[in-house]
Amino acid sequence: MSETDKLPSGRARINSLEMRGITKRFPGVLASDHVDFDVKSGEVHALLGENGAGKSTLMKILYGLYHPDEGEVLINGKPVRISSPTDSINLGIGMIHQHFMLVQTMTVAENVALGLPSSRGALTDLDRVSKRIVELADIYGLRIDPSAYIWQLSVGQQQRVEIIKALYRGAALLILDEPTAVLTPQEVDELFVIMNQMVRDGHGLVFISHKLHEVVEISHRISVLRDGRMIGTRLTSETTKQDLANWMVGREVGFTPDRGQVECGGPRLQLKDVSCGSDRGTPGLRGISIDVCSGEILGIAGVSGNGQRELAETITGLRKTTGGQVFLEGNDITGFSPSDVTDRMLSYIPEERMRDGMIKDFTVAENMILREHEKMPYSRYGFLNLREISQHADQLIKKFHVKTPSRETHAKNLSGGNIQKIVLAREIFRTPRVIIAAQPTRGLDIGATEYVREQLLEQRKQGVAIMLISEDLDEILALSDRIAVIYEGQVMDIVPRAEATPAKLGLLMAGVHPEETPA
Amino acid sequence: MISDLFTVTVLIGILASGIRLSTPYLFAAIGETFGQKSGVLNLGVEGQMLLGAFAAFYVALTTGNLWLGLFTAMIVGALMGLAMAYVTVNLHAEQGISGIGFYLFGLGMSDLLFQKLMGTVETVKGFPEIYIPGLSDIPGIGKIFFSQNILVYIAYLLVPIAWFVLNKTTLGLKIRSVGENPDAADSLGVSVSRIRYFTIILGGTLSGIAGASLSIALLNVFQQNMTSGLGFIAVALVYFGAWRPIGVLGGALLFSLINSLQLWVQVLSIPIPSDIAVMMPYVVTILVLVATVSKVRAPSALTKPFERGD
Repeated sequence: MSETDKLPSGRARINSLEMRGITKRFPGVLASDHVDFDVKSGEVHALLGENGAGKSTLMKILYGLYHPDEGEVLINGKPVRISSPTDSINLGIGMIHQHFMLVQTMTVAENVALGLPSSRGALTDLDRVSKRIVELADIYGLRIDPSAYIWQLSVGQQQRVEIIKALYRGAALLILDEPTAVLTPQEVDELFVIMNQMVRDGHGLVFISHKLHEVVEISHRISVLRDGRMIGTRLTSETTKQDLANWMVGREVGFTPDRGQVECGGPRLQLKDVSCGSDRGTPGLRGISIDVCSGEILGIAGVSGNGQRELAETITGLRKTTGGQVFLEGNDITGFSPSDVTDRMLSYIPEERMRDGMIKDFTVAENMILREHEKMPYSRYGFLNLREISQHADQLIKKFHVKTPSRETHAKNLSGGNIQKIVLAREIFRTPRVIIAAQPTRGLDIGATEYVREQLLEQRKQGVAIMLISEDLDEILALSDRIAVIYEGQVMDIVPRAEATPAKLGLLMAGVHPEETPA
Repeated sequence: MISDLFTVTVLIGILASGIRLSTPYLFAAIGETFGQKSGVLNLGVEGQMLLGAFAAFYVALTTGNLWLGLFTAMIVGALMGLAMAYVTVNLHAEQGISGIGFYLFGLGMSDLLFQKLMGTVETVKGFPEIYIPGLSDIPGIGKIFFSQNILVYIAYLLVPIAWFVLNKTTLGLKIRSVGENPDAADSLGVSVSRIRYFTIILGGTLSGIAGASLSIALLNVFQQNMTSGLGFIAVALVYFGAWRPIGVLGGALLFSLINSLQLWVQVLSIPIPSDIAVMMPYVVTILVLVATVSKVRAPSALTKPFERGD
C-alpha cells in the first residue's frame, strides 16, 4: 500500500464503494427496489429524496442495521458481507445519525471508547483514548475537549463528537444522515469546511438531505430516490434546484410560495414583558415583548431550546407565566386556561403533532373535533352528534385533501403529512383570529410542506395574525413579514423580511448582535 | 425506659445488628443497581429472594452444607433472572408488571415447596461469626465491624467492586450506555440484549444470595414470606442511592439501623406499641423517597424495551 492510499487518520482509503441491485421489502412496502448507488474516495455524493423515499433504508443497509433481501455491496470491486454495524465499522464505514448516537451522561472519551476493545483488557483506557481524540481533532480541525460531558456541548459540538467517533474507528467512508437539520447557518458552514477537508484528504462522503441549496453547495454528484427507486444520478454541476425538486416529487413544484401583498392591520396578539419557567426549572422566557398584527406572519427564529416551546405554551395557556401580560385583540388573557384561550379564537398547531396535536388512537373524525367537541353542532347536553361529526369530517377530508382510507381510520396509521393536514384542518376551519404555528412543516416532505405553507399564506390573506415558530430558516425567510430572533428566552432583534439574510439571522440566533462584531 | 437505649452496650448492639441486617439489602440492591443501570427495572427481587432463601435453607438443612445451600440459592436466583431477562428482553414485556408476576411466583412457589418438603418451621446453624484477629479485639468497633458472619464481609466488599466495575471497566461503560441510550450502544456494536441478560441474571444471583443471607446467616429459619417487603425496599434503595453503589450502601445502612433500633426497642420493652416500631423502616422509606425523588435522574432508558429500528 502506498502512502497516497492512506488517510490522515492512518487508515486505508476506500477507493470505491458500490451497492448493486439493493432490494428491501417490509410488510406491505417495497422500501428499496433494485437500487444502485456508489461513492468514490474524494467526493461528496448527495442522496436526495422525500420522507419515505428510501434514503435511510438504503443507508441502514450499508451500515448493517438492516439486511437486504437482494443485492450486494462491493468495496474496491470486491463483494463484502455486512450483517451488523460491527462489520461495517471494520470495513471502514462510519455513520453520523440524524439523531445523535451519544450517551448524554457520559464524557466525550467514554462515548468514543464505547464498544471498542481496550488496551488494558477489562479496564477502560480513557487516557489513551483522550490522547488519540486530541490527535484526530488536530488533524481534522475539530476542536473538542475529551473530558467534557455530552450534555455540556452544543449541538454542533456533539456532531463533531460523532465525526470523531467514526474517524477513531477508522472510517474511510462516512454517511451523514441529514447532518444540517439541527444546525445554525454558521454551524452548517463549519460542517461544510470540515467535510471539504475530509474529501480533500481522500474520504468518501454520503450526504443525505432534502435541503436543495445545501446539496447543490457541497456535493459533487447527486442521486435522487423516490418511492424506493433510484430516479437517477447527475453531476452537481449539470443540474439545477428546480430539476432536482421535480425529480424528488415527481411533478412540477412551486418553489417559492406566492406571498402576495397584504395590508397589515392592528395588533391582534401582544406580549408585554412575558416571562416563564422551563421544564428544567431555569427561566424559559425572560421578558419577551412582541406584537403580531392582523394579516401578518411573524417568524420566530432561533436555535432549538431557546424558548420556542415556552413561548407557544405561554400564549396558549399551557404554561404559567411568571411575569408580564398577554393580550388577544386588546383583552388581557394572561393566566387564562387553554380552553378559555381557545374560545377567544386562537388556534394552535403544536410542535409535537403526534403528542400534542392529536390522539393517535382516535379516528380521523374524532381528531377533527378535538378542540370543538363540546360545542354545537358537534355535541349537545354532553351527547355527541355523530352524524354531524361524520359530515364535518368528510367535508374537511375533502377540503384539505387528507389522504385517508376513511374518516374512521385511526390517526396513527396516516403519514406525517396527512396527520398535519388534520391538525391544520381542525385549527383553520374554525376561522381563528390568531394562529400559533410551531414547526408546522418539520419532518414533512416537499409536497406536504408546500401545502402547509400555502394554507398559512391563505390565512394571512384572510387577515389572521400568525406567529410562525420554526427552526428552519428557509421557512422563516419564505413566509414571514417580520422575523423575531430569540436567544435564551429573549428577543435579540425583530428584523423586517426585506432586511433579513441568513447570515444576519444566524448571528442573532447565536446570541451575537451583528453590529457588535468587527466587520 | 427510653434512656435504656443510650447505654454503651445497647448502642454497640444496635450498631452491630444494624450492620448485620444490612446484608440482604446490600446484596439485593447492588444487584438491582446493575439491572437498572442497564435500563431494566426488576420488581421481582422479593420473589427471587424468597426462593433463594428457601433453596439455601432446605439444602443446608438436608445436606448440612451451608456453602452448598448458598450456591443453590445463587443458581435459583440466576434462573429466575434468566426467565425475567427472556420476558423483558425478548418479549418486550412491561417491566413493572412482569416483575410483580415474578414476585408472586416466588412468593407462592417458596411457600408451596416449604409446605411440601418441610411442613414445619425448623432451624439450622447458620454461618458463624468470624472474628478478624486483632481487629475484633478493638473495643466497640471490633464488635460492630469485625465480628460478623462471612456474608456481611462479602456484602461490604461488593460495594467497592460494584463501583469499580460500573465506572472503571469496559463492561461498566457498556452497562451504563445501554441504560442511557441503547440505540447509541447498538450502533457501536454493543449487544444490548447480551448486556441486559448479564445484568438481570447477575441481579437474580445476588437476590438469591440476599435471600440466603436471611435464611442461613441472619435468622437461620425459613418461614412463609419471611422477606416481608425487604426486596421491594431494596428496589427503593436503588432510587434512594441515586444508582450509585455508595448511595445504596448509605440507604441500606439507614434502613437496617432503624430496623435494628426498633428490634432493640422491643427487646428492651420500651413502651412504644410494637406495631408502630415495626412500621418505622417503611415509613422512613416513604419519607426518604419523597424527599429525594426529584433531585436524582434515573437512567434514561429505564423500563424501556429496546427494539432496533424506528
